[in-house]
Amino acid sequence: MMTQTIPKPPDGISTSLVTARGLTKSFGEGNARISVLKGVDLDVFMGEVLLLVGPSGSGKTTLLSVIAGILDADEGELSILEQSITNFSAAAKTQFRRDYLSFVFQQYNLLPTLTAAENAAVPLFIRGVPKKMALETAAEILAELGMGERLQSLPSKLSGGEQQRVAIARALVGDPRLLLCDEPTASLDGETGHKVVEQLQHIGKRSNRAVIIVTHDSRIFEFGDRIVHMEDGQIDQVQHVNGEPT
Amino acid sequence: MNFVALKMLFGDRAKYLMLLAGLTFSTMLIVQQGSIFWGLMMYSQSGISNINAPVWVTDPNINQVDEVKPLADTAVTVVRSVPGVEWAVPLYKGVQRARLADGNYQQISLVGLDTATLLGRPHTVFEGAIEELRSPDTVVLDQWAVERLGGPDVIKLGTVFEINDRKARVVGIADTQKSFQNIPFVYTTYERALSYSPPERRKLSYVIAKPIPGVSPESLARRIEAETALGAYTDEEFSWKTIRWVLKNTGIGVNFGTTVLLGFIVGMAISGQTFYLFTVENLKQFGALKAIGASTGMLARMILLQSFLVGFIGYGMGVGLATIFGLTAASNEQLPFVETWPLLGGVFVALLGICSLSSAISIRKLAKLEPAIVFRG
Ligand SMILES: Nc1ncnc2c1ncn2[C@@H]1O[C@H](COP(=O)(O)OP(=O)(O)OP(=O)(O)O)[C@@H](O)[C@H]1O
Ligand SMILES: [Mg+2]
Repeated sequence: MMTQTIPKPPDGISTSLVTARGLTKSFGEGNARISVLKGVDLDVFMGEVLLLVGPSGSGKTTLLSVIAGILDADEGELSILEQSITNFSAAAKTQFRRDYLSFVFQQYNLLPTLTAAENAAVPLFIRGVPKKMALETAAEILAELGMGERLQSLPSKLSGGEQQRVAIARALVGDPRLLLCDEPTASLDGETGHKVVEQLQHIGKRSNRAVIIVTHDSRIFEFGDRIVHMEDGQIDQVQHVNGEPT
Repeated sequence: MNFVALKMLFGDRAKYLMLLAGLTFSTMLIVQQGSIFWGLMMYSQSGISNINAPVWVTDPNINQVDEVKPLADTAVTVVRSVPGVEWAVPLYKGVQRARLADGNYQQISLVGLDTATLLGRPHTVFEGAIEELRSPDTVVLDQWAVERLGGPDVIKLGTVFEINDRKARVVGIADTQKSFQNIPFVYTTYERALSYSPPERRKLSYVIAKPIPGVSPESLARRIEAETALGAYTDEEFSWKTIRWVLKNTGIGVNFGTTVLLGFIVGMAISGQTFYLFTVENLKQFGALKAIGASTGMLARMILLQSFLVGFIGYGMGVGLATIFGLTAASNEQLPFVETWPLLGGVFVALLGICSLSSAISIRKLAKLEPAIVFRG
């Protein structure tokens, strides 16, 4: 087991929850080989909501996948909660995801035969939480996201935005230390988008957690603490939301 | 996660029914073909099963029951002198010609039972009585004789026909196992059977015997072989010998065996294929679970649960349908159909093998799957 006690950050000092150094990733072979991440350095601090922006194809999803441990970087160092993920076995990574991470990707990948509540409860089922209790927790979170009426619906009966909220509920239900979201408001109207981001922010604001949100949606920029800009596989600009670029 | 696995399996009705239909069909196909094959094999040893004797004494070079190699008359006495024999009686067995009132000829399998004891007689007599054979010119025939010699209106108690120009009067109708060529059985006494058949130098077809209590048929057969120059088999051994001979020396073994084997291969291929498709189609869902943090072991348990469950259900339904088919076929006696435990067990094991194999392939795929793939837009 790798559950160690994570040292609490001293008040007022930002402690890194994610530390990435020199991450590279390329796809394909020979001539078709493309470099997608070209040496990414990034710190994500505890208690912050970090927005990741940049043009299409700049490598945002790829970076998020590497941080989530569902894609291996070619080179570089990645540590999360002071554990060096780079050296983890596949099984250890899976267990780490189960215990500390969750994500909402552009593909929701809801299980088509499970209801909204069951889908949202999946991370708890995986952890062995009893079915009834897991479904209750999932129902509460879905209700907070305005999905209280659709608990028993199958994904095929839900709109794109509703499916997205189920995926978000599924990411929130396990109370993760690090939450990764890829365009979480893409299919939502302004009001619902607001609700969703408030929920995400609620997690991020807690002192020993963090949220990374990939977004094009300028409406939610105000919810972030920092905005990190990616361009062609590298981070070229970091901006404090209430301050000047660094 | 078991309930998630079950919902994945049963939730998609169309996919589930396809999968179940594939497994049910292939199980049914194999069980049905195998049972018909075995039914045919049972036909081939009806010459043994229709005579109730635990031990058969034969010519030492006998091949199979229908290829009679007559023994010297002294064989009965010789066998009686072997220790452990409770009884040993002569048996006549031969194919003869019956002539019906309408002038038609029909082959019959004539069985002559020991006149005094009628040992070896059929278990079940539908009508009349076997003891009536003690009256002159009498025979007991079987349900196939009724069918083949003109139907129940023509062949009934009291009907008189001829066997090789000698009179035969029906005094009983017995239940027998149908024979391979559907030649009906006609039982009479040993002496009368000899008088029905053309004169030959040797007349004694077989000696049938029973061991005293405490001696097994096997040990009696071995003892007779050791102490006489005769061949001796238990009824089961003789049946197997006959079946092996039929398999080896007639086209049935190769022809029908090929059909059964093809049925088996096709059935297993269908099962394997449907299973494989099912799991591959679900790979994305399993990949998502893996990304969320389900371990490979947990996913493997889910896949195994799904495949074995649907495997069991498909097996049960397939065997059920095949059995219903068999009962229907057997009730109109159109087809031989003998379902045996080794066949059912073999199909079960094969199906488990297929389930395990396709699960193993999926689990391997899943173990190697980079979960990021399933989250790409
Ligand atoms: N598995 C893969 N195989 C090959 N190429 C890939 C793979 N994943 C990503 N790429 C390529 O890497 C580049 C960056 O992709 P990525 O999805 O990270 O971009 P993005 O910044 O998330 O874009 P968007 O804003 O459109 O979502 C793209 O050119 C994409 O085609
Ligand atoms: Mg993307």
